[in-house]
Amino acid sequence: MTQDEVIIAIKDIIAQIAPDEDLSQLQPDLRLREQIELDSMDFLDIVMELRKLYGVQVPEKDYTELATLAGCVKYLHPLLEKKQLHCAQSA
Amino acid sequence: MGYDTLIIGAGMSGLAAGIRLAQFDRRVLIVERHSLWGGLNSFYKLKGRIFDSGLHALTNYVRKGTPGVPLTRILRQLRIGYDELELGAQGHSEIRFDGRRLEFTNDPEVFFAEIAREFPREIDGFRRLVAELPGYDAVLERGEGSARAELARYLGDPELIESLMLPLCIYGSAREDDLDWDQFVILFRAIFLEGFSRPEGGIKALLELLLRRYKKVGGELRMNCGVERILVRDGAAVGVRLTSGEEILAERVFSSAGHAETLRLVDGDDARLSAHRRAAEANLGQLSFLESISVLDVQPADLGFDATVSFFNHGNSFRYRRPDAGIDVQSGVVCSPNNFARKTPLSDGFVRITALANHAVWTSLPEHEYRARKESAADRMLESAALAIPALARVREHTVFRDTFTPRTIQHYTGHLGGAVYGSPRKQRDGSSGIARLSLVGTDQGMLGIVGAMLSGITIANHQALMEVSR
Repeated sequence: MTQDEVIIAIKDIIAQIAPDEDLSQLQPDLRLREQIELDSMDFLDIVMELRKLYGVQVPEKDYTELATLAGCVKYLHPLLEKKQLHCAQSA
Repeated sequence: MGYDTLIIGAGMSGLAAGIRLAQFDRRVLIVERHSLWGGLNSFYKLKGRIFDSGLHALTNYVRKGTPGVPLTRILRQLRIGYDELELGAQGHSEIRFDGRRLEFTNDPEVFFAEIAREFPREIDGFRRLVAELPGYDAVLERGEGSARAELARYLGDPELIESLMLPLCIYGSAREDDLDWDQFVILFRAIFLEGFSRPEGGIKALLELLLRRYKKVGGELRMNCGVERILVRDGAAVGVRLTSGEEILAERVFSSAGHAETLRLVDGDDARLSAHRRAAEANLGQLSFLESISVLDVQPADLGFDATVSFFNHGNSFRYRRPDAGIDVQSGVVCSPNNFARKTPLSDGFVRITALANHAVWTSLPEHEYRARKESAADRMLESAALAIPALARVREHTVFRDTFTPRTIQHYTGHLGGAVYGSPRKQRDGSSGIARLSLVGTDQGMLGIVGAMLSGITIANHQALMEVSR
């Protein structure tokens, strides 16, 4: 996965969890929670989906690394680099 | 191969927990000893009609997409669409307390105006109470405490305090003559600041929705499947033995049977387990109810009963405790499913009346007396309700069929000792049962009502199973 594909993967997961949110205007450096309605239960779901779709484990202490899209790329890209993008929507 | 999680009870909490886990590929089995799912919140068929049991209305009503509230959170966590619930909002409900009437709707401003009208000197205190009311998350950290004591900090007129306690106790207090402050806050928000609605298809449709979702994500369910023993090895739950003798192994067990009820199922009798058992048995819930459902040949509104839910109390103090007699008709709640907004009107009229009842009285009656006593108790409930709510005066003459259930029935279907509808007054917020890898979900975990039960299952699934691997 490229860095851009990591963003696609994350947005796809968020779209699954929060289907009513508009994700097209998300800014990479702003906290996700400030741009769309996501609570701590939703962050758990993002982590669970990453595990389910890509076998990636994110320990609880690292949840804060996923606060922004840029943070997601920085933290997840090394873990997802060798994985193939496949969308939750179609999985 | 064993299961990741075995869940005892296919009620709202068990199904919600099951969906959460199965959705993330956990291998989950729910075992239910009855042939119907739902537990307390269920339905039954009699003479070709479907009757709802359990809660009268779904609390926590909000419009689609309202952020940060329980209903929206639950739907998101279970990935169920708001529109799938087909919610019909209430028209209005009312509190009839000692001759006074306070109306409330799904718009809190209506309730403010009613309180300003009936209790003009209290409205400022009431507004301050609402303004300072903690949020859902904050209150769980503050813990218990007396709602009456907290209310006295804001309100001076005991009659207003009692009027607020009446619906909130009846719809969710496991504690006699009071309500834990955290439960008060949750129920106050759920009922007065959010509101009531009902799925178009009743509780049956909601249960079917949960069940479809559970099966879609791969959850397994076995009906008519009672648990005889929860198996424990080295102090931790490892599975169950069914009444059929079959043993099923699981990494963890969730039980919605109630705290004391669950510990009675646990294998063994060492000192530690016995101590947990004694503590749980010392805190059994005492509050149970008798309910009658009358089927009418008219719409209740045609008789003048157009409230969705009407809470009544005679006299200026509200008694919320187990009565010494079979029932206590000083207070009660009347509800009609006809009086929610609906796409298709219900062809029959339904009036449900509920009052506090004593479990021991109802279980000690011989069978032939039981039936007769049920009928006379239902008559007395109706008479008492009609004194407070004049529009009910003609319910009797329009009744074509009536079914009544007692604390005995409630114990049978919920498994709660003493027919305790709201379970133990001592809740286990973190789900801990005292035994490792055995968690409580549902009533004794502490969140009540249909929305609360689902939230309970979700919370425990998240904290006790899903987050475990990521720690």
